[in-house]
Amino acid sequence: MDNIAGRKPALIVVTHVTVAFIVLLWLIPTVGLFVSSFRDRDAISASGWWLAPFSTEQTFRGRGNVEDVTQDGDLFVLTGNAFNDPEIESAFPNREGTIAGFGNSGRSPGEYPPGAVADLGDGESLIMERNGDYIFTVTEDPGDRGPRFYINAVTPPSFTLDNYRTVLTAGGMGQAFINTLTVTVPTTIIPILMAAFAAYALAWMDFRGRAWLIAAVIGLLVVPLQLALVPMLQLHYNLGIGQSFLGIWLAHSAFGQPLAVYLLRNYMIGLPRDIIESARVDGGTDFQIFMKIILPLSFPALAAFAIFQFLWTWNDLLIAKVFLPSSEEAKVMTVKIADDLLGSRGGDWGILAAAAFVSISIPLLVFFTLQRYLVRGLLAGSVK
Amino acid sequence: MNPIFQGLITIAIGVGGIFLYFIASNAFLDKVLFPAKGPNTSRNINRANTIRPWLFMAPTIIALSLYLVYPVIGSFYRSLFNRSGADFIGFTNYTTMFASSEFRTAFFNNVLWALVVPSVSTFLGLLIAQLTDKLRWGNIAKSLIFMPMAISFVGASLIWKFVYAIDPELGVINALRVNLFGAAPLDVLQVAFWNNIFLMVILIWVQTGFAMVILSAALRGIPEETIEAAIIDGANPFQVFFKIQVPQVTNTIIVVFTTTTILVLKVFDIVYAMTGGNFNTQILPSYMMQFMFRDDGRATAVAIVIMLIVTPVMVQNIRQARAEMR
Repeated sequence: MDNIAGRKPALIVVTHVTVAFIVLLWLIPTVGLFVSSFRDRDAISASGWWLAPFSTEQTFRGRGNVEDVTQDGDLFVLTGNAFNDPEIESAFPNREGTIAGFGNSGRSPGEYPPGAVADLGDGESLIMERNGDYIFTVTEDPGDRGPRFYINAVTPPSFTLDNYRTVLTAGGMGQAFINTLTVTVPTTIIPILMAAFAAYALAWMDFRGRAWLIAAVIGLLVVPLQLALVPMLQLHYNLGIGQSFLGIWLAHSAFGQPLAVYLLRNYMIGLPRDIIESARVDGGTDFQIFMKIILPLSFPALAAFAIFQFLWTWNDLLIAKVFLPSSEEAKVMTVKIADDLLGSRGGDWGILAAAAFVSISIPLLVFFTLQRYLVRGLLAGSVK
Repeated sequence: MNPIFQGLITIAIGVGGIFLYFIASNAFLDKVLFPAKGPNTSRNINRANTIRPWLFMAPTIIALSLYLVYPVIGSFYRSLFNRSGADFIGFTNYTTMFASSEFRTAFFNNVLWALVVPSVSTFLGLLIAQLTDKLRWGNIAKSLIFMPMAISFVGASLIWKFVYAIDPELGVINALRVNLFGAAPLDVLQVAFWNNIFLMVILIWVQTGFAMVILSAALRGIPEETIEAAIIDGANPFQVFFKIQVPQVTNTIIVVFTTTTILVLKVFDIVYAMTGGNFNTQILPSYMMQFMFRDDGRATAVAIVIMLIVTPVMVQNIRQARAEMR
């Protein structure tokens, strides 16, 4: 349609800008999470994630160097470099940095500009250069604990994998990841097979009540799962399944049926009639036709449903909360994040971000690699 | 036992069992019950073919009736009993519920959700579908806007917790407030009424991609001649869009709108993770979860209310599907 007359160049520019703006708006939240997951606690509280690629001013504290003390009358003079201080050096890999201000109180850490002489009273003073060299003069013998000083220093951007390490080892997310996988894989594979047979019957086999059954499946597509929670959990307990992985496998497999049957039937009914009828004429039984012709030809629809079901079971919180035990070792990632991390680690944003990213990484991977099938499945489900 | 190992065994048993069921039941039907030989060959074949569809559908029908049909009755039945399930109390759970102000808040909020989220996401989806259609990098743009679809509602909530954070060094909203307007930072999730809108934004962010993908396909399916004719007649791009293209995708717009509405009535994750229903942000699904495991009678009563709200859509869907089949 680009070649149609009547398209104004100004409008095209506006379109480009608008779309770019919307895309940016849509990406910002996720990018914020992604960037934050690589920043440690101090970096997150010191500056917004949007400043993460830039150098920022941060406050550090250290102690006067007691290995280089000279006595000058009543005074003790400590010399050293702030960036060699054991409490500071970790943030400056080359032990080099730029002082933006210094002081001796935590309340106003950057009180004096570099190069200035801070008169601390009683003849005590602190002089610090831009490169961190300082001369600290005090009245008491510091012994082996030097006096406190504070600096504001420009720190290079720093990124770390520590959040991920913490989340995967100590936070219990590793176990939760495995649990999610345990819930997801069987409940993606098993319902497809069940639904494929049913969809074939509803698409290509003639029997009384077929239209009625199709209508029922379409009706069941919208039944809220909330209804199933209480009675089915009760039934699971009566059957001795209780809250367990077996229970959630059964529940997810059943809840996936309406969509699976609906999608697969819509696809199968579109397969060429000739192939199926000539196979029948050649003496093929329904079972053979299904296994040898329909199933291979329906691959795109099977893939589409598999992606849906995978994303839905991976991302589900409701069913997991109800049908799985609430003990620590059975928690899936969504439950872990919603119930544990948001509560106990509410303030630890780096850990939260890393946990969230661990949980959304696999769905995103599936999404970007298999998007084609996903779109096709969506269209089969809603546009006719 | 290790859950992974257990999972692998389940896959093997599940997949193998289902295959075995189909193979064995087919063989039983053809070889034992109605063998295609002997004096009644043709009658036997006919009988086998009458039964076969039901064999194919049996696992699905059992699963559906047990997990989706029975619960409608089971939930209603349970909602007539008290907390312990021992005493029949008629509609007391419903009357208590309708009398509680929290239920009314949840109901009102849910109506708001059901109006705002589908309208905004369908409108934005339509707009983006139309805009990206013209661009060479349109597919990349679409893919990025579609991406939140893959993220769990819990993940999306967490992502937006960052956006809404009070700390202006963390939350984009408050950073803009403080740095651009010089206002004091503010917890947007506690601002009365508007906090509901801020929660809806999360679902809109997730759902717009869905609307966009479907409407984009529908827009492409419009016959080009209608658009060309309108342009030749001197219609400007806005007229082409609103008077030629949109009317031709009305049906798809309705489908997208109702699908999103149904979704809105199911999603409890966002409210649960963001506010826990505090600050007057309760909606019915999260309201139900408050009673889950505590008072099953009241929990099922809420579920039945949700079911009643969904029923008109369900009836409409069935009616439309039956009309299309004829």
